[in-house]
Amino acid sequence: MADVVIATDGMKRRDFFGVAGAGLYVFFGADVADAQEPGRLPGRQRGPTDLNAYLKIGADGRVTCLVGKVELGQGAMTELAMALAEELDVALNTVDVVMGDTGVCPYDMGTFGSMTTPLLWPVVRTAGAEAKAALMEMASERLHVPAAQLQAESGTIRESGKPSNAVTYGQLVEGKRIERHLENVPVKTSGFKVIGTSPRRKDGPDKVTGRAEYAGDLLLPGMLHAAILRPPAHGATLKSADTSAAEKVSGARVVKDGAMIAVLHERRDIAVAALAKIKAEWENPPAGPNDQTIFDHIQKTAPQPRVVAQSGDLTAHAGMAGLTLEATYLNSYVAHAPMETHSATAQIEDGKVTVWASTQAPFMVQRAVAAALEVPPDKVRIVSRYVGGGFGGKTEADQGVEAARLAKITGKPVQVVYSRQEEFFYDRFRPAAVMKIRAGIVLNSHSLAAASKIVLWDGQVFGAGEREADPFYDIPNKRVTSAGGWMGGNPLGMNPFAVGAWRAPSVNSNTFARESHIDTLAAAMRVDPLEFRLNNLTNARVRRVLETAAKHFGWKPGRATGGRGAGMACGMYANACNATIAEVEVNRATGAVKVNRVVLALDEGFVVNPDGMRQQAEGCVIMGLGYSLSEEVRFRNGEVLDTNFDSYQIPRFSWLPKIEIVLVDNPEMPALGGGEPPIIAMGAALANAIFDAVGARVRQLPMTPERVKAALAKA
Amino acid sequence: MERTISFTLNGKTAAVQADDERMLLWVLRSDLGLTGTKFGCGEGLCGACTVIVENEAVRSCATPLKAVAGKRVMTIEGLGRNGLHAIQQAFLEHQAYQCGYCTPGMILTAYAFLLKTPHPTREQIAQHMEDNLCRCGSHPRILDAIEEAAGAAKAGA
Repeated sequence: MADVVIATDGMKRRDFFGVAGAGLYVFFGADVADAQEPGRLPGRQRGPTDLNAYLKIGADGRVTCLVGKVELGQGAMTELAMALAEELDVALNTVDVVMGDTGVCPYDMGTFGSMTTPLLWPVVRTAGAEAKAALMEMASERLHVPAAQLQAESGTIRESGKPSNAVTYGQLVEGKRIERHLENVPVKTSGFKVIGTSPRRKDGPDKVTGRAEYAGDLLLPGMLHAAILRPPAHGATLKSADTSAAEKVSGARVVKDGAMIAVLHERRDIAVAALAKIKAEWENPPAGPNDQTIFDHIQKTAPQPRVVAQSGDLTAHAGMAGLTLEATYLNSYVAHAPMETHSATAQIEDGKVTVWASTQAPFMVQRAVAAALEVPPDKVRIVSRYVGGGFGGKTEADQGVEAARLAKITGKPVQVVYSRQEEFFYDRFRPAAVMKIRAGIVLNSHSLAAASKIVLWDGQVFGAGEREADPFYDIPNKRVTSAGGWMGGNPLGMNPFAVGAWRAPSVNSNTFARESHIDTLAAAMRVDPLEFRLNNLTNARVRRVLETAAKHFGWKPGRATGGRGAGMACGMYANACNATIAEVEVNRATGAVKVNRVVLALDEGFVVNPDGMRQQAEGCVIMGLGYSLSEEVRFRNGEVLDTNFDSYQIPRFSWLPKIEIVLVDNPEMPALGGGEPPIIAMGAALANAIFDAVGARVRQLPMTPERVKAALAKA
Repeated sequence: MERTISFTLNGKTAAVQADDERMLLWVLRSDLGLTGTKFGCGEGLCGACTVIVENEAVRSCATPLKAVAGKRVMTIEGLGRNGLHAIQQAFLEHQAYQCGYCTPGMILTAYAFLLKTPHPTREQIAQHMEDNLCRCGSHPRILDAIEEAAGAAKAGA
């Protein structure tokens, strides 16, 4: 147990709590944050190992938790509050979680990679246990009762058998300032009251009443809205701009700063209308790839491949009787298309910069704003409280930098809210990708089932990235390489615009290719796809989700008929795994695919909040319909042709299949992140179901009616 | 044309001096400070900006201010002003939101629909909500919530 320390200093990040005064505080070291996503760029700059507060229990008895993670809709706020309510034995509604504010929250690299649950949640939980232990010690002294004879409930500690001898948490900390440094205090292992339940989300009341404040909802006195001149295509350069008509708009102000030309006005719509009056001439970029030629282009321009997996000998089965199948799988660029476009409001007061920005990574944005304004990062505060969807697309926040620059120039608060066109234009898309797979099976004449063993896997990934490119099947001879990807480091010009992390980056592409190819092999061998998978798989967790999904679905071997079919796929990501089985109906005349039912069996380790997990899984199934069936960004010579929801079709109510989420119980494994893993197998499950329904193998995402018809013609 | 437009907003009289061709969304959000109405697409394609005008759901990003002169307008701030509406309660009950950005538009679209069609089937609800977009994938829960709210209204009627 750590010593009780009475604070004597006033570190900056303690300001938030400093205002609040008396209380019990739990601090932790920066190493906790550094442990998150170690391979991700850019890494945290090494600084002093400052201690940051996670948790305060105030004299009013309320528990406040500060975390640098962001509530994007995934339910992190509720899940973190649950950890504290459990460990502290307080009601959930007495716990406040303050998120995404660099001014008060401990450093956090960003909300991505499904890391909140496996990495942050246990720390917050331990902080709760630490605070609880300290409170019990204090109560023991106050009540003159050994700690072993005390019980805590709803923020009150009582003597067992003598409930009138009691003291509340608030009374214990009143008039004191007590600090604890996080240690390995044991957390509860049983008798959970909150963990494992599905409480109402904490953000609900704000969200159903319109009170939830997003970055573009701030209204500051004197604030100007900025509309910024944008090029018609990536790579276009400005030749000339006549801003005179815009300047004549009453109340409008035109600002030119470096390459940026912005029109500012007290009303956003007037700023946008004035911007349209600028007569700009652009030099078009040289001809570049389009959405048809991109796949050749990517293979030609990709960097040197990296070997992701290598074992055995790819020539080992040469000369043996067998079957080798080779295929190429493609997926197009996909947009994040969150309902809230990138938004930011910036204010500069007394040299201190505050930017409210819709971002998943406020501490990364803090550095970006500081660099742009040439001020130290500690003069910049980023607040990202409620974000209207991220899915990986709000890791960077260029709009925050733009708002801050304009606030500096104008001396007034400035708000930048991207139009939907800007959102599509500047999105860091899921990259277009090419996955080539050559896989071999050695025939065994004695038994068909025994024959279906994969002995060779030769995979080449271009553009997607390497995550989950290495198949988890038992394959003695394999080699997988990966060239370029979502995480950067691509040669200039390989992608005609920015790419980035899109919900389970790399993994949707690689799972689509692998699981489509596995089905292709099974079909060639005339072995049931479930049996074929199980024949080649010793991973117990993946086997279990496959068997669970198959049982729940009522999977039966044998091809379907009549334009209806079922397909399965499985995958792993962020240590979670799932099997997805879809039932589809294919219209042979139009190529249209209707998904009737999706069963998703999911192993997410210990499940903290079952309904929260189901919400994420349902969302993944529905978003998965989009990347599988309709979503692709069309472009030509740097111009993004899909600029709104008329041509870029995201899933709608009429697309809804019956969704059945089966949570596979695995309490021995720590709690895992659930925002991304359930989406990964949707592409292949639907491709395999289409094949089952009509015998057409579609090897390109999205599987649009045209592509399904083209595959039907070849079938 | 710049003029004063008066209308009833969430039960109270509002008067705005503005160009009457400006879209209602921006007048609500910046001139009147009601930011519960969201900007999503700017072309009436997503439904995030839905408000109620004379009991009809309209897309405020594509509705000029002059179109509401003298009319009754209700935003999400007005729906729950006397305690949460049954639809809002049902959204809470079914956790029918994630990021919450499309939620005001979903709730108000459902509100206008249930006024006209108090006893809808699930298919009718889905059909009516078709052009309201949600990126988080809360669709099944939104349908559950609207179904329940309709049931609650039935029970109360």
